[in-house]
Amino acid sequence: MNDATQARDPFEPVSVDLKDPFIAAVSAWLWPGAGHVYQGRYAKAILYMVCILGTYFFGLSIGGSHVVYASFTKQDRRLPYLCQIGVGIPAMPALLQWHRVRRGQLPVLDGFMAPPVDVPSNNHVDLAPAKMSDRHVQRNFVFELGTVFTMVAGLLNILAIYDAGCGPAFVISEEKADKPPPD
Amino acid sequence: MLPVFFADIADLRLWYAVPLIVAVSLVYAATRHELMEPILRHAWRICVWIVGFMAVVFVVLWIVEKIWM
Repeated sequence: MNDATQARDPFEPVSVDLKDPFIAAVSAWLWPGAGHVYQGRYAKAILYMVCILGTYFFGLSIGGSHVVYASFTKQDRRLPYLCQIGVGIPAMPALLQWHRVRRGQLPVLDGFMAPPVDVPSNNHVDLAPAKMSDRHVQRNFVFELGTVFTMVAGLLNILAIYDAGCGPAFVISEEKADKPPPD
Repeated sequence: MLPVFFADIADLRLWYAVPLIVAVSLVYAATRHELMEPILRHAWRICVWIVGFMAVVFVVLWIVEKIWM
């Protein structure tokens, strides 16, 4: 190791090749860490994947698959989904289920990420927001906790998308910022 | 006394905060640095801040409870 390497401050900003920032950002949204894989920033890709997907799937596992669902009716505006969709593909089955239920079709995949529905005798599927209380009763406090975990995962991925599109927002200490640049 | 204390700690819902604090600290720190060493150091600092903040809130609520309840 030479003197220059030894003297290098690890906190010093480093140049990052962002390749095409738009492709990186879209990939990062679709799958957390994918944008960083595209840019060859593998360590950060693994970090984002493990942290964001870990948080998301932990929330799903404790709260059940119904903590993530899409519904945008007057009776049931599922606002947490706006945060959850931040993780991209892992939250998209909810959109498929919402689309089916809105057209009066039964949810597929055994109701995975489906909004609460009622199936009366005429076999027409109706949204049943009141059934949400059953989910709360069945799961107790972990239903809310699962919702929070999946929301936080979606919000964290927004930071990762920014990092993929614009690079890290380096912290430069005031002492260094005040120093005049070298000639 | 001590086993009861540890049993209470094991039952504490607060344990759910641990993965959340770790994930938030690491992801936030990763958006501020590129290399692993500064990311981990920064994440540790954020961890300490969050836990410290939670501890302060805990103490305030504990005092409020002792005074008014």
